[in-house]
Amino acid sequence: MKWIQRQKYFLDFTLSSLLRRKGKHLSLLFVYTFIVFLIGSVMLFAGAIRKTAVDVLIDGPEMTVQRIIAGRHDFIPLHYIESIQNIRGVRTVRPRLWGYHFHSASGANYTLMAAPDFEYGPDQIIVGAGVVRSWSGIAEDRLYLVGFDGRAHLLKIVETLDSGIDLVAADLILMAESTFRDITGVPEGYATDLAVEIRNPRECATIGEKIVRLFPETRPILKSEILRTYAAVFDWRSGYVVVLLAGSVLAFFILAWDRAVGLSAEERREIGVLRAVGWDVSDILILKWWEGGVISLTAFFLGIIGAYLHVFWASAPVFAHALQGWAVLYPELHLYPDPDPYQIGALFFLTVVPFGFVTLIPAWKAAVTDPSSVMK
Amino acid sequence: MAFALRKSDAWLLFLGGCIILFALAANGYSVIHQKEHQQQMMNARQLVGRLGLTDLCLFTEARYTRHLSQADLHAPFQDHPLSLSHFPSGSHVGPPIHLKTVSRHEVDSTAKILP
Repeated sequence: MKWIQRQKYFLDFTLSSLLRRKGKHLSLLFVYTFIVFLIGSVMLFAGAIRKTAVDVLIDGPEMTVQRIIAGRHDFIPLHYIESIQNIRGVRTVRPRLWGYHFHSASGANYTLMAAPDFEYGPDQIIVGAGVVRSWSGIAEDRLYLVGFDGRAHLLKIVETLDSGIDLVAADLILMAESTFRDITGVPEGYATDLAVEIRNPRECATIGEKIVRLFPETRPILKSEILRTYAAVFDWRSGYVVVLLAGSVLAFFILAWDRAVGLSAEERREIGVLRAVGWDVSDILILKWWEGGVISLTAFFLGIIGAYLHVFWASAPVFAHALQGWAVLYPELHLYPDPDPYQIGALFFLTVVPFGFVTLIPAWKAAVTDPSSVMK
Repeated sequence: MAFALRKSDAWLLFLGGCIILFALAANGYSVIHQKEHQQQMMNARQLVGRLGLTDLCLFTEARYTRHLSQADLHAPFQDHPLSLSHFPSGSHVGPPIHLKTVSRHEVDSTAKILP
């Protein structure tokens, strides 16, 4: 109890000292909070997208097999299916028919796909919510597409996918196989690529080798590689956003260091008086530790609360603009928090601990100097 | 007599309030939207499984950004980290995974060595 009371006296003294120089400390608190908010937002946003990617794409095919001709992606003959199916460990092989359609009026790229077991007619389509939002010139739920041969196709929207699954389906236009071939010109007997399901996922690499041995022009892409791709894209430690942020973080610590090193005459006198009335160096250090603690804990909590509100409650408007880039079609993001104490811990150690060191060392230097010389 | 709160108590109360607000901001969204999120995830997984989808619809600017994992090997930022991309998405996407790992090359090269 005595120890707690002692610390509370230190805290009282610290807060009075901070309030005496409101302008200086409030501006520092504002910049500090903003830095925590930015880094926190990046970490939470990246973590949530990475988690969603892994959770959603885990049900995708174990392997997709592309055909590469002269270094470019080419359509894969359907007779490859039988040979791949005969490889031990392969459960199913199914062709995927998909491609892109650039709609010049909207200026957006859409993904056309032939849905297996498509239950509607040849002139009917299912579209993602993003298509309805962005396709200019939708009249009476009909899309007007120009096919590969210049022929016009008028397709009726019979179903719109829920905007809640925009993250995988915003730009999808699903149709029957015959309609897809009619619009894109992909000949019968060919598919865009093959989706391979494998009994034991640990055999993926071996089966990939066997496929390449059978068909040397193919390129197997494993699901583990796809998941790693998304983990790498949204890895906050190696992301470009954090690299860019690193500059501002460094600038902040230089500012904090500069302010702490350049202790004002009033602050030096204060330390001198405290030493003269009998305070120990350790007492001064505790005082300064509390000073750093009050600023950094306040900034940390205000920043992280702001980051949570920004990313999850407001759907990250700051990053949405950056991620959108030149894209006309952008999914409605409904991110869900990934409860990861490691992230919060990492943010705490990245922002609070360095600030403590930056402010403590100059205070120690001032505290060990002779009180009489400080007060002169 | 007016009740005067010590500065330390006031700040500790403020910090406690911040911690409660933090817990609410962090968990409130999950609690409120849990059912809706689970339903959406189930729908998304069903669609991914049915269509065999491989990528997230995040960057629709170009074909090599829409399907990051399926892009041509010669497309911008697929070959090396400094290759130019015309689209801003390139600045968010790091170097391709095959530059950091050797798994795909292992698959390719092993196949070429074998008869």
